Order: sequence, then C-alpha cells, then structure tokens
Amino acid sequence: MPKVTYISHTGETTTIDVPVGTTVMENAVKNGIDGIVAECGGACMCATCHVYVDPAFLDRLDPIGEEQEEMLGATAAERKPNSRLSCQILMKPQFAGLIVRMPERQT
Amino acid sequence: MQAGIVIVGGGQAGLEAAAALRTQGYEGTVTLVCEEAHAPYQRPPLSKDFLAGKQEADSVFLRALGYYEKYRIDLVLGDRVTEINRGAKLVHLSAGGAMPYAQLILAVGARNRPLPVPGAENALYLRTLDEAVTMKQRLAEARHGVVVIGGGFIGLEVAAVARGTGKPVTVIEVAARLMARAVSPLLSDFFVDVHRAQGAKVLLNSGVVEVRPDAVILSGGRRVAADLVVAGIGVLPNVELAREAGLEVGDGIMVDEFLRTSDPDIFAIGDCAHHPSLYSGDRVRLESVQNAVDQAKCVARAITGKSAPYGDVPWFWTDQYEIRFQMAGLSGGHDQAVLRGSIENRKFSVFYFKQGHLLAVDSVNRFGDHITARKMLAAGTALTPEQAADEAVDLKKLVAA
Repeated sequence: MPKVTYISHTGETTTIDVPVGTTVMENAVKNGIDGIVAECGGACMCATCHVYVDPAFLDRLDPIGEEQEEMLGATAAERKPNSRLSCQILMKPQFAGLIVRMPERQT
Repeated sequence: MQAGIVIVGGGQAGLEAAAALRTQGYEGTVTLVCEEAHAPYQRPPLSKDFLAGKQEADSVFLRALGYYEKYRIDLVLGDRVTEINRGAKLVHLSAGGAMPYAQLILAVGARNRPLPVPGAENALYLRTLDEAVTMKQRLAEARHGVVVIGGGFIGLEVAAVARGTGKPVTVIEVAARLMARAVSPLLSDFFVDVHRAQGAKVLLNSGVVEVRPDAVILSGGRRVAADLVVAGIGVLPNVELAREAGLEVGDGIMVDEFLRTSDPDIFAIGDCAHHPSLYSGDRVRLESVQNAVDQAKCVARAITGKSAPYGDVPWFWTDQYEIRFQMAGLSGGHDQAVLRGSIENRKFSVFYFKQGHLLAVDSVNRFGDHITARKMLAAGTALTPEQAADEAVDLKKLVAA
C-alpha cells in the first residue's frame, strides 16, 4: 500500500499507509496526526487541511481545481506554490512515498 | 477530582470546544459527555456522500481515538446529563453519579421535529450516524418510490442522493417554495428546476395528512406510493436541560455575545445557542458546521481569559446533484437582491443588500464569489449593488483594497 509521510512544522515525522482512493487529509485525521484540522470534513469549505507538498511530487499531482484554488486563497498560513488542501489529494499509486509538510497554523 | 470543564454533547460543537480548550492552553480536566455510543463524528456527510455510498462510516469520525488520550479529553460515551445542579456546580448523569464542573459548556444540539400526523412512525429521520446507516439500507431496498417530506436542506440532499440511485423520488413541501427559511425565492425556484430536471417530482403547497407503510397521503386526498418515507421538517433545539436548571431559554438557550447563558459559569454553543449576531442585527440560532466550530473557539477563548465577542461570518453549504451551493452571511431582511453570473449556466451568485449595505451572498458553483464574500463580510468591505452585478468588477481587488 502506498505510504505518505507527514512532517509537522516542528519536524515531527509520521509515515502511514494511505489506501488508493482515500485522501491525504482523512488518513491524517484517522491516524491522529496533528496539524491537519479539516473542520469541514473534507468538503473544501474551510482551508484547515493545508499542506506544503514536497516539490519532488508536485508534477505528479492532479491540477488544482477551481474550488481548491479559491480555498487556497483563504489559508491561515502563507500560501506557497506547493500549497495544497490535503482533502483534495486523492491517493493514486504514483503518489507512493508522498511527503507533505504541515504549516504552523491552520486557523 | 478537581473540577474542570464539562462539555455536554458530543456533536461537532462539543468536540471542537474540547479541542480548542487544549489548543488555547487550558490545563484542567476536560470531559466530553456524548449521548450516542459513537465518538464525535461529522454530520454533513450523512445526507450526502455517506448516504450515497461514496464515504465509509469510519471516515466520518472527527478525531482518532488516540487523540482523546493524547490531549487528556475524557470521552464519556452512551451517557447523558440529566440534571444541572448550579448551586453545587454538579451535573448528574443518567448512568448514575455526578460530576463537578468549574465551567459547563452546553453543546446539546437539536433534535428532529417530529412529523405531527398519523403514521409518523413509518417515516425515517436523519440526524445521527445510526439513522444514516438505517436510511442507507432502506434506500437500497426501496423499489416503488422514495417520498421526502420537507423541502429543506436535509430533505433535498436526501432526494438528490435517492435520485442518483435511479429511484422515483417525490419531494413534498408545505410552503410555496423550497428552503424558504434560508434562501431567497430566486434560489428556491432554481432548485425546483434542478430537482425536476433530474426527474424528481416536487410538490409545493402540499400538506401531508398521513404516512402509511406503503404510501403518503396528501391533504387533498392524493396518495403517493412509497416504500421509503423521509421526514426532514426542521429541528427543535434541546433546551429542556437548561430550562430545568433555571437558565433563560426560548428558541434555543439564550446566550450573550460571549456565549454565556444567564449563569456566568455556563456557556451554550452550536445548534442549541440563541445568540446575538452582528450579521443579522438581531439574535439568531444557527445550525451549521461554521457556527459549531467558531462558537467552540469563542468559548475556549473566553474560558482561557482571551474573551472576545462571537463575530465570525456565518457560512453554509449544501451539495445537490452536481450543484455546490454556498452561502455567506445572513440574507434575512434584505431589500435588494442582485444577480451576478448566469442562472442558465448554473454558475451564479445572488448578492443581498439592505439599504445598500451588503448582507449576504448565495453562490451556485461560484467558489470565488463565496470566499470573497466571506472576506468582504468579515472586513466590512464597501460594495455597491451595481458593482456586484458587474462581472467586469474584480471583487477580490475590492477586498484587497
């Protein structure tokens, strides 16, 4: 099963299995990884599951949809070119080994 | 046991209050009393992706169980507070025993309004995970038809999911238009068209007089065959516990701008809280994720000595078929509604004004308008109705300016 590594803003690193077809956000929440809040539960309404995707994986991700693009304009931490909402990263086999860094704050 | 914070109610407001207390640095005990046997979970997916079979039950939980241990949140499941003894600052539990509190947070939510007709027991309601599991099963088994009584958000979301499975669906609404309590006539008309285009029957101005195991009988005598009847006719705030404790209640538990009840050591948040609102200019009670989460944070700040009045912009969303409908602000009392975009293309927003002042924005598949509207309402950005209607005006630039 593909794995994803989550790195907190203080450098705490957690690697977990993320089944294909589930989101990077929901697996973080299920596994109790702090730093991803997801107040709206993955509906792309709240921008509290913001992550910075490791640049090595950026090209493999799906393009940012219109809805995510707008929500990324409302994140608590700085939006960077590699900013994504983790509820919108639906796991695919080619994302195996994905590394995401979590911002200092989500709200 | 040193008295700490007791939170009554394990919905999203209760959970978020516990989480926010820890985030804000509260060190004392935090106890979350949940009436259901489940740890806190999200309700919005129950009438959307969960019911549609696109989301599994294990993904609706708001936190992993390890979270509660790590943050020392005592989760009491399957028990309820039966009485508040304000003098002794104790709550009594149905399983027996009592628990002291220094401060109490009532996040007791609301319950479904029961259908006041004979045979109401033949209808299903949707609020809890268990009810959603049952409804999903019954939906899969339904052959003849699904009747949804009540054309509000929950009813219409269920209708959309049911149509998605190909079953015959009839929505019965007693009022002259859909979602009348929350949206303007223009949006009500739009959603009637959306549902009818998908093959659902929508009957307006239609009362129900009886629910039978195989049909719903309308006030004119018409019979609509159904092997699944869903009632979504609104909710009643759970005020009884507060009322019996002598707290001020009405349509909800009355709180001030800091979400305090008439007892300074007792707060109320979420669906049950009737609070002053900057956005309606009056008192309101809101049933939404936004209100649950932001009130939870507000009360955590108050308890940790960083008191600030509740003033977050209300927002809400619903998904019906391919329509994402988002609301920012509260449109009640508007005297002008301005359209931006195209209803025909199903990408538009309606901007609501009162005496030229922006009150709220409803958006259909216009994500940018929604987020910008939230920012405008929070910042008090000046916007004229003419600017709102003019697509050449870049709203984002107005916020930035």
